[in-house]
Amino acid sequence: MTYISLSTADLALASLLIVANGILSLLLGLKLERTLAISMARMVVQLTLVGFILNLIFDLASPLWTGLIALVMVLFAGVEVVARQERKLSTVVSYGLGASAMTFSSVVVTVLALTTQIGPDPWYDPQYAIPLLGMILGNSMTGIALGLNTLTTGMYRDRAAIEAQLCLGATRWQASGPVTRSAMRTGMMPMINAMAAAGVVSLPGMMTGQILAGVPPTEAVRYQILIMFLIVGATGLGVLMTVYGGLIKLTDSRDRLRLDRLQRADDE
Amino acid sequence: MLKLEGLTARGLNAIDLTLADGECLVVRGASGAGKTVLLRAIADLDENGGDAETSHVRRSQVSAPRWRRDVAYVPAEPGWWADTVGAHLTPGRHCTALLHDLGLTEDCLTWQIARLSTGERQRLALIRALEAEPSVLLLDEPTSALDAAATDAVERVIRRRLDGGVTAVIVSHDAGQAHRLATRVGDVADGQLTVTAAGSQP
Repeated sequence: MTYISLSTADLALASLLIVANGILSLLLGLKLERTLAISMARMVVQLTLVGFILNLIFDLASPLWTGLIALVMVLFAGVEVVARQERKLSTVVSYGLGASAMTFSSVVVTVLALTTQIGPDPWYDPQYAIPLLGMILGNSMTGIALGLNTLTTGMYRDRAAIEAQLCLGATRWQASGPVTRSAMRTGMMPMINAMAAAGVVSLPGMMTGQILAGVPPTEAVRYQILIMFLIVGATGLGVLMTVYGGLIKLTDSRDRLRLDRLQRADDE
Repeated sequence: MLKLEGLTARGLNAIDLTLADGECLVVRGASGAGKTVLLRAIADLDENGGDAETSHVRRSQVSAPRWRRDVAYVPAEPGWWADTVGAHLTPGRHCTALLHDLGLTEDCLTWQIARLSTGERQRLALIRALEAEPSVLLLDEPTSALDAAATDAVERVIRRRLDGGVTAVIVSHDAGQAHRLATRVGDVADGQLTVTAAGSQP
């Protein structure tokens, strides 16, 4: 593999583009210069730190440290899911639902890919395990957050229709069927769209990265296809778990609608 | 028959009450007194305590959907889950008869729910509940949006059910309605349901 290493001076040169944006913001009164500077600083610091940490973890190649990093990634993803809810179940419940569904689906799919298709030695080799988990987690997180949000807002919006069916002797599964289905569809949609657009509208980031690193495009494409399959698999599993978990929380065993367990995001 | 055994709900003291077949309890009380809470608790739609029984089923021994097929609750503002009237009903002789009894025709099966008046919604929600032939009716202000003629038609339909042995609990602000339908009258105040024989109250 051949790739061109970047020096700090190269990066400094490219950062002038952001400085140009800042000047533009000042001239046009967009008031974006502050957030622009902070976001840029955050990005540089966060990524630099991650680079050092990953270097360290790769050198250690210990299952313990790899697992620990994976845990931190899941915990942060859980926060993201909670932050994207308009009306949520209590923070603890939303977090628990999102994080456990993501952990289960992402870890199952990642381990499956590592042990069967990619097969590094050892299978938990962080150079493969962590980027793989990161991509699967990041994408399934979006689906899970969307699915849960569609479920809670839909149950709230259609509460009269759902209760009307419960009153006539429908079970909670029957009465909430349309909302549940729409939540799952919404959760799956971004990945389905991404598959359809891949290569035509967008060049997926991972594939692009591999190509830049010197991997022949046909090889990079194989990896990308595998990743897409894994992401879609994990998203489907995660969305299913979250939506059903949410539904169980929003109803009870006497087939009642329990919107009293729901709160506005700005309640707290 | 409807038997309530120590039924408790948010803001309501325990209620013990037995209504025989054909009896109609009209419940009155200020807004917010807990009349709707009472109906919803009987239908098991909110968390509540105690138990209840009809001629056919004991609530604690059957699933909630089974209970609600025998104890039909019609809210003051009923909900709809499809676009047309017909999708909420089971077209057939029974449905047609009910529509006619309440001054509607089969034409309404194709109507859009969104274009119905409040009064039409009230009557259609009643028909929807009666189709399953429940043994207990829980009606929350069933005629609040109806004119005299439609109110009359609804009361006739309820009366016929009562004569056939159905038990009803009706929340109503209409003193005349209490007079025409009730065998007993309940007043909800300060979390307490006080039931008296119809005609004995001022």
